[in-house]
Amino acid sequence: MMKTRQPFLRHTGVAAVFMQDNIDTDQIIPSREMVSVSRNGLGVGLFAGQRYLSSKKRTPNPDFVLNAPAYRDASIFLSGMNFGCGSSREHAVWALEDFGIRVIIAQSFGEIFQSNCARNGVCAISLGAEEIEQLADYVSHDPQENRLIIDLEKKAIQTSTGAKLEFYFEVDPYHLKLLLEGIDPIGLTLKMSQDIDQFIVDDSANRPWLYTGD
Amino acid sequence: MLTLFDKLWNSHAIAADGMGADLIAIDRAMLHERTGGVALKSLYEAGYKVKAPSRVFAIMDHIVSFREGRGRDEARSPGGSVFITETRALAKKVGIHLIDTDDPHQGIVHVVAPELGIALPGLSLVCPDSHTCSLGALGCLAIGIGSSDVGHVMATGVLRATKPRQLRIKINGKFKEGVYAKDIALFLISNYGADGAKRRAIEFCGPVIDEMTLEERLTLCNMAVEFSAYTAVIAPDEKVFRYVHGTQFSPDKEEWESAKQFWTDLFTDDYANFDEEIEINADAIEPMITWGTSPEHASCVSKGVPLLSALGAAKHNNIKTAMAYMDVKPDDQFQDLTIAGAFIGSCTNGRLSDLREAARILKGKSVAQGVRAVCVPGSWSVRRQAEKEGIDIIFKAAGFEWGTPGCAMCFYAGGETFAPGGRVISSTNRNFEGRQGPGVRTHLASPATVAASAIAGRIVVASQIEEFEGAA
Repeated sequence: MMKTRQPFLRHTGVAAVFMQDNIDTDQIIPSREMVSVSRNGLGVGLFAGQRYLSSKKRTPNPDFVLNAPAYRDASIFLSGMNFGCGSSREHAVWALEDFGIRVIIAQSFGEIFQSNCARNGVCAISLGAEEIEQLADYVSHDPQENRLIIDLEKKAIQTSTGAKLEFYFEVDPYHLKLLLEGIDPIGLTLKMSQDIDQFIVDDSANRPWLYTGD
Repeated sequence: MLTLFDKLWNSHAIAADGMGADLIAIDRAMLHERTGGVALKSLYEAGYKVKAPSRVFAIMDHIVSFREGRGRDEARSPGGSVFITETRALAKKVGIHLIDTDDPHQGIVHVVAPELGIALPGLSLVCPDSHTCSLGALGCLAIGIGSSDVGHVMATGVLRATKPRQLRIKINGKFKEGVYAKDIALFLISNYGADGAKRRAIEFCGPVIDEMTLEERLTLCNMAVEFSAYTAVIAPDEKVFRYVHGTQFSPDKEEWESAKQFWTDLFTDDYANFDEEIEINADAIEPMITWGTSPEHASCVSKGVPLLSALGAAKHNNIKTAMAYMDVKPDDQFQDLTIAGAFIGSCTNGRLSDLREAARILKGKSVAQGVRAVCVPGSWSVRRQAEKEGIDIIFKAAGFEWGTPGCAMCFYAGGETFAPGGRVISSTNRNFEGRQGPGVRTHLASPATVAASAIAGRIVVASQIEEFEGAA
């Protein structure tokens, strides 16, 4: 069986503010950083194009958000519109997860990226521009102190200092189940094999040519 | 009253999963070595079997070398061979179809799928690749997914998915001379934003779509993901049926007529409901070019880089960053931007009709000095037919390199690329920062505009060539 992961129930962490639109998966993990047929060890390549001054020597770029001392140990990302657009590469989520990012809060997400997040225990939350702006404002006064709390059971974002800032969000019910229970959906779906096989039997009458090799 | 998308979805929906998603039967799954190999590996290591190996196709395209006479395992990036060799070994082990690097039908998965009849009207298809939406041009449910999800599909035969909302885009009028499907796509994305489709399934329709060839429709649907669409669909017609007729994986003679009968019912009923409907007029569209680092950063070649005041204030920060990366300023004229590279190919514009259009412009002309120009046909079938028509001779005589099929320079993978800071005009789909190499500045356009610019050595459309030919 595929390993089931730790359920995502609640997370408290430092939030890095990266308020750009259209952060694409090529930026999150450049293709040149995908060097083996594996899901592991991709954290070092996360945002490699911007994070390092020299990609070979890995000299940190002091101007990049994740290198700022204020955002040390960031596990939450605040961003703009259409985060994770572009290539379907799940490596983008594997890199974020390997680096230690557990939550991304953005105005909207690339469709495939958001599904990939749920499959890998990373909570991708869509929130309005104004709400994100308020969270960014709160966080940036003192990122290490002003942490965010994501309570997935309540579908709420709160602050670690008790500041009067609380937002509720919606999550796709299937994604919510994957995150809260950390389940392996293959096992879940295989329980419905009878329905699936019946569909194939019925459909074979209409499209016999499709199933000749089955 | 159902939409085409409803019909495709409903005919594959096996059951509700009780959480708002549906179990969607997947007729065929496609893999490539970059994201499919890891899916096969994870599945294999977890001990799951592939449920229907005869309906899974592995194709080598992403990391294969595009060098003439490439070796069987030769990658275009250092260390890339392992993606080819591991995917090959796993594909053989689990018994799925393999279209290997030396297969006479090898090419980019989204180019090969219609050529071989892997993609057909009415089918549901997945691939761990975002440009899978291209194949909706045949009237099928084509969904780009992640590696874990394609593993799920291979093991169970279904995808768990929530039915998206729907957007219909009707394109009225008629193309102007020198305007192509790529220009329509860039026009839409620049007008409504890269987030404009808001994860809805798009149906393209209208007189312009009816007129389009299947290859043009594939280009338009290909760019739907750059518009943040869930996928795109177009009602299939005779052009589609002709394209796939007699192909390796399409229904045989005896079954062809009944299959076709079923396909002709794949259209949107009158009065069916969409979440939103947009109408645009093709008469107003001119050749387009991108100037920034998102496909939404596009304007007419004739109009130049837009003024900040013409763009929403909320976007100014992103735009300043993009313009700095691209080394352009508001009001710069494109004909003043000299280029170092030109690329024709990819799943967007690497088909025979794309090469024919470019060749029409390149015939008897030469690429400007200092420009590295590369053409990589999207598949071996495309390349062989192009060579039969003498298109390769025109490209080579003009000074283009003529490559061996694959994704090639659409994205940088660590190997060969254009020089850092180089300005490149490209028939591909993404102008993201660093997409074609560290510091490389990508401008997206149609193959015709790429060909014209390669000759002029600067960004121009075909009608401007004479003005600049040999002057760069």
